Amino acid sequence: MSTAYRPPLAEMRFVLDEVAGLRTTTQLPGLEHATPEIVDQVLLAAARLASEVLAPLNPVGDRTGSVLENGVVRTPPGFREAYRQFADGGWNGLVFPAEWGGQDLPWTLGAAVAEMWNAANMTFQICPLLTQAVIDALLHHGTPEQKAVFLEPLVGGRWTGAMGLTEPQAGTDLGAIRTRAVPDRDGYRIFGQKIYISYGDHDMAENIVHLVLARLPDAPAGSRGLSLFIVPKLVPDAQGRPARRNDMRPLKLEHKLGLHASPTCVMAYGEDGGATGLLLGEPHAGLRCMFTMVNKARLAVGHEGLGLAERAYQQALTYAHERVQGRVAGRPVAILAYPDVRRMLLTMRAQIAAMRALAYWTAGFVDRAARAADPDARAAAAGRVALLTPIVKAWCTDRAQEIAALAVQVHGGMGFIEETGVAQHYREARILSIYEGTNGVQALDLVARKLAQDDGRLPWLLLEELRAEVPRLPEAPALERALATLETATRTVQAAPEEVRAAASTPYLRLIGQVLGAFLLGRGAASAQAPPYWGLLHRFYLRHLLPPALALGEVVAAGADDLDPAALAP
Amino acid sequence: MRILVPVKRVVDYNVKIRVKADGSGVDTANVKMSMNPFDEIACEQAIRLKEAGHAEEIVAVSIGEAKCQETLRTALAMGADRGIHVEAPADVQPLAVAKMLRAIVGREQPGLVVMGKQAIDDDSNQTGQMLAALLGWAQATFISKLELADGRAVVAREVDEGLERIEVTLPAVLTVDLRLNEPRYASLPNIMKAKKKPIDVLTPGDLGVDPAPRLLYLKVEEPPRRQAGVKLGSVDELVTKLKQDAGVI
Repeated sequence: MSTAYRPPLAEMRFVLDEVAGLRTTTQLPGLEHATPEIVDQVLLAAARLASEVLAPLNPVGDRTGSVLENGVVRTPPGFREAYRQFADGGWNGLVFPAEWGGQDLPWTLGAAVAEMWNAANMTFQICPLLTQAVIDALLHHGTPEQKAVFLEPLVGGRWTGAMGLTEPQAGTDLGAIRTRAVPDRDGYRIFGQKIYISYGDHDMAENIVHLVLARLPDAPAGSRGLSLFIVPKLVPDAQGRPARRNDMRPLKLEHKLGLHASPTCVMAYGEDGGATGLLLGEPHAGLRCMFTMVNKARLAVGHEGLGLAERAYQQALTYAHERVQGRVAGRPVAILAYPDVRRMLLTMRAQIAAMRALAYWTAGFVDRAARAADPDARAAAAGRVALLTPIVKAWCTDRAQEIAALAVQVHGGMGFIEETGVAQHYREARILSIYEGTNGVQALDLVARKLAQDDGRLPWLLLEELRAEVPRLPEAPALERALATLETATRTVQAAPEEVRAAASTPYLRLIGQVLGAFLLGRGAASAQAPPYWGLLHRFYLRHLLPPALALGEVVAAGADDLDPAALAP
Repeated sequence: MRILVPVKRVVDYNVKIRVKADGSGVDTANVKMSMNPFDEIACEQAIRLKEAGHAEEIVAVSIGEAKCQETLRTALAMGADRGIHVEAPADVQPLAVAKMLRAIVGREQPGLVVMGKQAIDDDSNQTGQMLAALLGWAQATFISKLELADGRAVVAREVDEGLERIEVTLPAVLTVDLRLNEPRYASLPNIMKAKKKPIDVLTPGDLGVDPAPRLLYLKVEEPPRRQAGVKLGSVDELVTKLKQDAGVI
């Protein structure tokens, strides 16, 4: 069975340039070195590593999985070597400052590169993803000493990162965290147990830096009493070399529906006198520090959805071309000949194009928020990132599940057989709607925080921009109708009481995602550089994928009355 | 010592080749292009020689359209030190290429030319041999193993009978085969550094060579489709068929 991955470089490049505005982004201060030739070379080199090294390991990782033996985690065969190639290749430092060994390249380009890592091998990419989240937190909140010790090896990929947040009783509600931090001579001692620590232990790097949420002795109750600690597996010596084994260990690995190669650890800290930790940021400000990394990680999970969907689509497309069933006009045909199979494949392809457009376009605002010369432009871009982050995370990952399900469906009975390899994508898509904040939490974040931000002006700045651009796009009347539905729904949600807003949150998020997708595909279709098939995808999207989404306007209007617990008595 | 590595831009090895409808050649419009894989192995070998202290500088050369500079950047990102681009039409033939390379050897004075044994587009397998003849240098072709010592290269050549070991005196032209090494992936920092490495642009005129084709391609066509085979019941039947129908034994 074909599980090969071929990065769609031409389409990625088109979306970067013509939809996400990469050429404007690379004019921002500090990004001038990201010339079109560099962008091409980086994409090509990443494509090779992704398709030749990482992609063939994906089914191996699924079948073998990581194991915990004698207190040590072993990753599947080939993962260590692949990670070495990834880290030695400098890929971990793509977007990070040159000061710490990175390349200072745009996040927009980083989004495209991340798509390839995820499509090739999502379970592998989780490790660099976490490392990047830890780097982000250190860059924003670390002391100069902490930066000097931790950043260079993390950016270079010699050390990796892990996030210790969840405890059995503290999932979405982190306020229930019980892990303790006790001040010590030169830092803190950490005591507690964490669950769901991806790559909390492994054999691919020389050290692992955990960021752990814990409670100081004088901490107020709830989420405002949490502090964030740097807890390295090996405590660095005065020269910054990994030296002393810290008091922490993996107790077990979870058995999961997917992501078998990614070791999901139950971690014990401080069984033997306390794990050495350093405070990151201010005491009791742990949640705020953590959100620095969580927000980037949420975008990164959206990229996981995009990459996984692309891989599932490629596999389904290959199968539809090869699988011969039945006859048309007396001749045996591949199943691609059947309209319903083409409907499924076009649904996948058009949806993925829209997800890619949204992901890259959003990354452009991340670049502007970080680098625009004008502070107002930076603030406006940061607002846009805040608004789009829950949409990228939840919309891209929910769609990824539908796409992975369609990929199985195209395979028919063969899709249900593990050896075919497509079921892996279906199983692994499932987690994307759950981790880094469930998609329900994303939807709440969108309607309760983001729609209310800046006195409710935040979404309207975006909607006004769309209003202005839509008349110049092909199929403008359809886009204008979609925009009108979205505007009405936005006003309804903004005016609604809390309970009603919450009830409308998930349909509203899907609606805005689907309308933004239509708009961005339209922006691509308006470009003279558009590939010949792009107009086709745009029209298919407008006629097949947009109408059901616009019906969500009615669901939003339905409010909370029908979510009556009376029908849900135990 | 300086090493010269000629690299050719060709249709990517993953691409399914399509012949142009008018039979005038292979369709290269909107087709992914890459460095000829054998040249990539040559480039890797040159870098390894430099890393082992046998060479101080690696110069990559590409002859063809402006886009060849992308291929040169790939060589620079792998580890070549500078590039020379000879801007010429896309269809320069082996003899003209060899003459241009001879002129560049005259300017650069390398101790070794390391190149692919052939390019995967036209599979000519001529340029290296022609270059050695024009220069009056030793040549070692199809090499799959290489050791340098005392101004000599000891190589293993892949020939039909197996491996042939020969020794050549430097300067020499080496053409490399598939099993010589596994080329490295360009690292991100090296891609960024490659941007700052110089590429000189020359014309065939600068080198005193007329790039006009001397061979005329009459027609390019797809290979004939394979006929369906037959299943045979026994080895005896096979032997009979090979004797009588195929006439090969």
